Amino acid sequence: MLRFTIRRLLQVIPTLLAVALLIFVIFSVVPGSFASSLMADGRTAADPEMLARLNEQFGLDKPLYLRFADYITGLARFDLGTSFRTREPVLDVINARLWASLKLAVAAMAFAIVVGVPLGFIAALRPGSLLDSVTMIGAVSGLSLPQFWLGLLLMYLFALVLGWLPSFGYGGGSWRYLILPAITLGVTPLALLARTTRAGVLEIANEDFIRTARSKGMSEARVVRWHLVRNVMVLVVTTIGLQFGSMMGQAVVIEKLFSWPGIGSLLVDSVSIRDTPVVQGTILVIVVWFLLINTLVDIVYAAIDPRIKQT
Amino acid sequence: MLKALTLTAALLAGTAGVALAQEPQSGGTLNFVAPYGSSFGTLDIHTSPSTQDEFPAKAIHRSLYQWNSEEGKPELELATDVSASDDRLTYTYKLRENAVFHDGTPFTADDVIYSYERIADPANAFPGARYFADVAGIEEFNSGAAEHISGLKKIDDHTLEITYTVAPTDPGYALMQTNAAIYPSGAGEDPDFIQNPIGLGPFEFVENVPGSRVVVEKFDEFYEDGQPYLDRVNIVLLGDASARDVAFRNQEIDVSVLGPTQYVAYQADPELSENLLEVAEVYTRHVGFDNTKPPFDNKEVRQAFGHAIDNDLIIDKLVKNKAYPATGWLPISSPAYDPAAEPTAYDPDLARQMLADAGYPDGIDVAITATQNESWGLTIVEAIIPMLRDAGIRATAVPVEASVLAEIVPAGDFEAFMWSNLSGPDDYEVLKCYYSKTPRSSCAYQQFSDPEFDRLFEEAGAETDPAKKTDLLRQANNIVQQGAPSWFFNYNKAVMAYQPWVHGLQANATELAIQNYEDLWIDETAPDSRR
Repeated sequence: MLRFTIRRLLQVIPTLLAVALLIFVIFSVVPGSFASSLMADGRTAADPEMLARLNEQFGLDKPLYLRFADYITGLARFDLGTSFRTREPVLDVINARLWASLKLAVAAMAFAIVVGVPLGFIAALRPGSLLDSVTMIGAVSGLSLPQFWLGLLLMYLFALVLGWLPSFGYGGGSWRYLILPAITLGVTPLALLARTTRAGVLEIANEDFIRTARSKGMSEARVVRWHLVRNVMVLVVTTIGLQFGSMMGQAVVIEKLFSWPGIGSLLVDSVSIRDTPVVQGTILVIVVWFLLINTLVDIVYAAIDPRIKQT
Repeated sequence: MLKALTLTAALLAGTAGVALAQEPQSGGTLNFVAPYGSSFGTLDIHTSPSTQDEFPAKAIHRSLYQWNSEEGKPELELATDVSASDDRLTYTYKLRENAVFHDGTPFTADDVIYSYERIADPANAFPGARYFADVAGIEEFNSGAAEHISGLKKIDDHTLEITYTVAPTDPGYALMQTNAAIYPSGAGEDPDFIQNPIGLGPFEFVENVPGSRVVVEKFDEFYEDGQPYLDRVNIVLLGDASARDVAFRNQEIDVSVLGPTQYVAYQADPELSENLLEVAEVYTRHVGFDNTKPPFDNKEVRQAFGHAIDNDLIIDKLVKNKAYPATGWLPISSPAYDPAAEPTAYDPDLARQMLADAGYPDGIDVAITATQNESWGLTIVEAIIPMLRDAGIRATAVPVEASVLAEIVPAGDFEAFMWSNLSGPDDYEVLKCYYSKTPRSSCAYQQFSDPEFDRLFEEAGAETDPAKKTDLLRQANNIVQQGAPSWFFNYNKAVMAYQPWVHGLQANATELAIQNYEDLWIDETAPDSRR
């Protein structure tokens, strides 16, 4: 297991390097610059001398290959550079927002798992029932609803009409502020988990080894616990891993809407003002998160199904 | 000091009623919204030209001057008196003796000089450096030949002299800017200061939750007696207009800046419509042409463009009347605005005729570069394309991001562009954008050139009588309208919705959302959470 884990972790490194190169190239060739973004609101007239000084200060006057060399050298030292806007280390800028993002991602995923997986199981155990139909209609709706619209709808209902929850903000970390963004973000993975679980249960329930277990006189509870759940979990864990991994990227819209201080909203703001070091750093963090979660999923796989270690 | 709207200002700005009769009440918390994004860039306001970063800075810091919304001009803030030399090159300030920083340090001339030299320091590349471009000794300072700016002179602890090489219209226009705020001497180099700023403003910094809010609390030793009224201000980030609407209706925020869609909805609501503050901001929306290249090097072609468009329809249907029709570059709130001036008349036949007379009987092709902005972007471009086509102008839209627009326009890499640019409050300074000697990269994007304009502008620069100067600038502005370097289509009508318990809001034409927090107060009808 240790060798398998180490091998999986080592595979992350070339992927990270490729992503770092890609991010650097993309944000080096797209038009617009931090200096020009300072004038984007039409409020400030251009000051060519200041713009030139800014470009020099941030090293933007250097050739591309030198900038890339600086960037990679910095990465090797875990230095993501300095934010053009705040003039603080990018790591500090991200760190100030990372925990809010993690909190939101974990809450949304917990909501999706706690509701989605049991719903999928229950629906599969009674296929064609009213509960199954309602669950699947809900799942399809959950997958197709635009998150932005759903968020507004929840805001309207739970904040404005019912007055139960605040409509926006972080509230010093209070859980009341977490509920609406977490539900909004969690609806898509919830729907996916419910559908995946249902499909998995239905498929595995018809497998020969399940029939064999039943014919051997094993109780239904034991069949479900020992054979059905364990095999369905491989599928469910895959879905959880993929969804959890991509959640930070998906949270961009939700964070903007609910004024949630995570790295998603940081990324959007940084792109619009071309704060390239923060953009690169933020994307890298999101990618690292995705890769780590997926590596973790691979390790969990191996624990669930030892045959995976062989491949 | 409670700033009431004058009748003139109210009529000009079309402001909704602001409570004037009641005595200000002290205490309470205000949830003030910062609507221009989902984060504050920095708490070091010297580094930022961004309106968004002004929201916390305006509470914490003070500048030498402050904008007076009632009078429509800058006024002394950290000084009690100023005298100018006969040649208007030297200004002597008597600084406040009762002002102290939030850590109790008394405010002196050293703090002003330190702050201004920090802003002007070329090594910092701060946006406010241009405020000091005409201060004596700046060249030596910039080149490193002098350690200090000789034009900034401390006479004594509370007397400061500023000497310019070119007489400013009014130094207050530059020195009132929030990013020209006064820091305690030496503070800018302390990393802790940037995270926990100390200023001379009415509120002390308490907390910054990046991406969420900044909290400030009343500074008991603020130099204005009895102010600020509020105990606490939560400056919350809420960039999305729909989310802001829900939060405002849910009474979670006390003020909200409205876009065109919300403006229509709030006007239609009997309760919400009672508490709208409107002002003609100093921003002019326009389509700028490259006046140096065919076909827009021809004045008749530029004028034809304006005649081809039904501007009233655009303002009514697309901007939802959240704008005033433009009659030139200078906006309604400008002293040099000519109320007798007329907007460009919609006359497609005349437009076609003008194009033919200019040597383009088959019409012209033009690419208009624009952003996604709903009030001065692609929506408007898409709407005017059919109107232009009817007049023989075949226009196409070139969509770009805002930062890209700000890069290509100063570089002259356009045929035509749509933008909203600051057109005040310093009439002389903003008209410089049409002076033929101003470089394109500064603000003369269209490269307009008119000898008569140049003559009037130069005369205005030399004129010491304010009334005569204003008259010259008014004439110059009319020449800009006639010369049509741009098609000026409207002036922004900024609209702020406020809860009925909020008082003391100012009709700030320079940026409505930026308020002097010390003037704000809430009454007894505010929810318990605010009291």
